[in-house]
Amino acid sequence: MLTAQEIITLELKANEVRKLIISTLLEAKSGHSAGPLGMSDIFTAFYFNILHHDPKNPEMEDRDRLILSNGHICPVRYVAMALAGYFPVDELKTLRKINSRLQGHPHRSALPGLETTSGPLGEGLSQSVGIALAAKMDKKKFYIYCLTSDGEHQEGNTWEAAMMAGKYKLSNLIQVVDRNDIQIDGTTEDVMPLEPFKAKYEAFNWATIEVDGNNISSFLDAVNAAKAIHDKPICIIADTIPGKGVSFMENNYTWHGKPPNADEAAKALAELQVIEETLKRELQ
Amino acid sequence: MLNPYLKLNQKLFEETVELQPTRSGYGEGLVVLGDTNPNVVVLTADLSESTKCEKFAEKYPDRFFDVGVAEQNMATVAAGMGVTGKIPYISSYATFNPGRNWEQIRTTIVYNHSNVKIAGHHSGIMTGPDGATHQATEDIAITRCWPNIQVFVPCDAMEAKKATIQSAQIDGPVYLRFSRDKTPLITTEETPFDAKKIQTFWVSENPQTTIFATGYMLYYALLAAKELETEGIQVLVANVCAIKPIDGETIVTLAQKTGSIVSVEDHQVAGGLGGLIAEVLAKNLPTPMEFIGLQDTFGESGSPKELLEKYNMGKNAIKEAVKKVIARKK
Repeated sequence: MLTAQEIITLELKANEVRKLIISTLLEAKSGHSAGPLGMSDIFTAFYFNILHHDPKNPEMEDRDRLILSNGHICPVRYVAMALAGYFPVDELKTLRKINSRLQGHPHRSALPGLETTSGPLGEGLSQSVGIALAAKMDKKKFYIYCLTSDGEHQEGNTWEAAMMAGKYKLSNLIQVVDRNDIQIDGTTEDVMPLEPFKAKYEAFNWATIEVDGNNISSFLDAVNAAKAIHDKPICIIADTIPGKGVSFMENNYTWHGKPPNADEAAKALAELQVIEETLKRELQ
Repeated sequence: MLNPYLKLNQKLFEETVELQPTRSGYGEGLVVLGDTNPNVVVLTADLSESTKCEKFAEKYPDRFFDVGVAEQNMATVAAGMGVTGKIPYISSYATFNPGRNWEQIRTTIVYNHSNVKIAGHHSGIMTGPDGATHQATEDIAITRCWPNIQVFVPCDAMEAKKATIQSAQIDGPVYLRFSRDKTPLITTEETPFDAKKIQTFWVSENPQTTIFATGYMLYYALLAAKELETEGIQVLVANVCAIKPIDGETIVTLAQKTGSIVSVEDHQVAGGLGGLIAEVLAKNLPTPMEFIGLQDTFGESGSPKELLEKYNMGKNAIKEAVKKVIARKK
C-alpha cells in the first residue's frame, strides 16, 4: 500500500506526462490526443510503480513485458519512457519526424524498451499470449501486461487471442482495456456495441476486474488483485475519460486523432498547470 | 543430362521413381529440429495432419500448439513467441497463411523482425480437387515483396526437409512453400543444398535456352529437357529454390550463355518466378523470355495431371515455350 503522499506524487507525475503529451503533439503537428491523455494515469502507474524494469537495461531478461496493442496512443508511452529514463526528454521533439526513433506508431526495432511493433489494431493481445506461453515454457516469472483499446475489440483477432488465453489459463497475462467508449467514427456503442463487455470476457474464461482508470490508487489495487489470481488470465476493464485533464477534450471523440494547435495547447497547458498547483498544495 | 555433380536421383525418369509430397519433407524436418533445437515450437490452425505437424506434436507435445481455426491468431501468437527466444513454425494452407493473415505477418513478424518461419501448404493448382479456394497461386508474390524475409520453394521432399532444417539457422522470418500432391524425388541425401545458389540440374553441351523452374514444377521442366534432347534441342534446367534472396548473378550468367529464358512455376506468372526473373533481366540483360504458369486466372477442381494440361503448364507446354523462345532469338 502506498501512502497518500506517494499517491499524490504519482498523480503529479501523471500530470507532468499530460503536459509533455500536449507539447510533444504540438511539436509533431499530427497524432492522437484523447487516448494518450486518458491513459496517462495508467502509464504513470506502470512505469513509476508496477513494472519490474530497468530503463538503463531495457533488454533485461526478467523484465515485465508491457505490450501496447493500440499503438496509436504511443505519445503517452514515449513520454512516460522518457521521464523514466529510457531516453532524453528532449528527444520527444522528434516524434513522427524523419530519422526519429519515435515512429508515428511504435516500432520495436527502432527504440529499445518497446516489446512489439504495433498500430494495426487487434494484434497485441495475441502477441501477449505468445509471450506468456513462451514465458511459461521457460518457467519465467515475469508478468505480461497487455494494454488494449475498447474499439479494437471489434477486431476478430482479439477474440481469437482471448479464447486461446482462456484455453491455456495464462494467469501471467494481465490485460488492461482502456474502456473510454470512443473510437474514430463515434462512440463504441453507436459504431458497434461492445456491451455486455465484462460478461464477454467471463464467457471466454477470464477473470475480470472493473476499475476507474483515472484513479491511480484504485488502479494499483486492481493490479495487485489481478496478481493474486493464479488460474486464469485477467482482464482489468479500466474506465477512463478520453482527453482527461483538458476540459475541452474530455469525452469528445473528435479529439481521438488530432493534435492541438498553438492556442489549444496553451489553453490545455494552463488547465494542467492549475491541476499541478492543486496537487502540490495537497502534498504539503 | 542430369548434372552428375549434384548426385541427383538416377531413377528420376523411371516409372518406379519414388513419390512424396514436399509437405512430408517439412514434417520430417520439424522432427529433426525438435530433436536438436529446444527453442523450436510448432503451431497449426487445425491442420496438423495435412500440414504434417503430427509427428512433431506426438514427440514434443509441450512445444506444439493447435490454435484452432484461427490463422490470424496463429501468426500473432507466434510473433510474440518469436520475440521471446522461441523459433516458431506456423503451418496452414498458403491461401490462409500467408493469405488470410498477410497483414498480421507483415506487421508483427516481418516488420517486427520476429523469428517466425511461415509454412504455406497446398500451394499451386496441383492441390487438385479441392478447387481454387484452396490452391494458393499468389503466395510467392505476396511474400517476396516484403523486405526482411527469405522465401524458399523446395523442389521435392528431400529438399523440403533440408530447407526446413536450414531455416532455423536464419535469424528472422522465412517463408517456406509446400505442396499437397506426391511428386518425384529429384534430389538425394547427397545433393548439396545451398539455399543461396541457383543450381543447374540439367546440363548440355550447346544449350539454346535456360529453363528456370521452382518447386515440383522442376520435374516437368526436366522431362521436357530430356525429350527436347532427343529432338535435337539442347537446354539447361535450373532449380530456383530460393526466391528471396534471389541469385541474380546466376540468372544473368545463364541468360548470357543461352540467350533466352523460360520460367516454370505453379503460381501466377505475375509476381511469381517469371516476374522475378524478368525484373532481374530487365535491369541487367534484357533477354527473350517465355512464362509457364498461371496466366492471370484462378484454377479449378480436377486431378493435378488434368489441371496441368488444361492450364498449359505441363511437359508439352514447356517444350512449346522452349521452341517459341528460341525462335525469338535474333
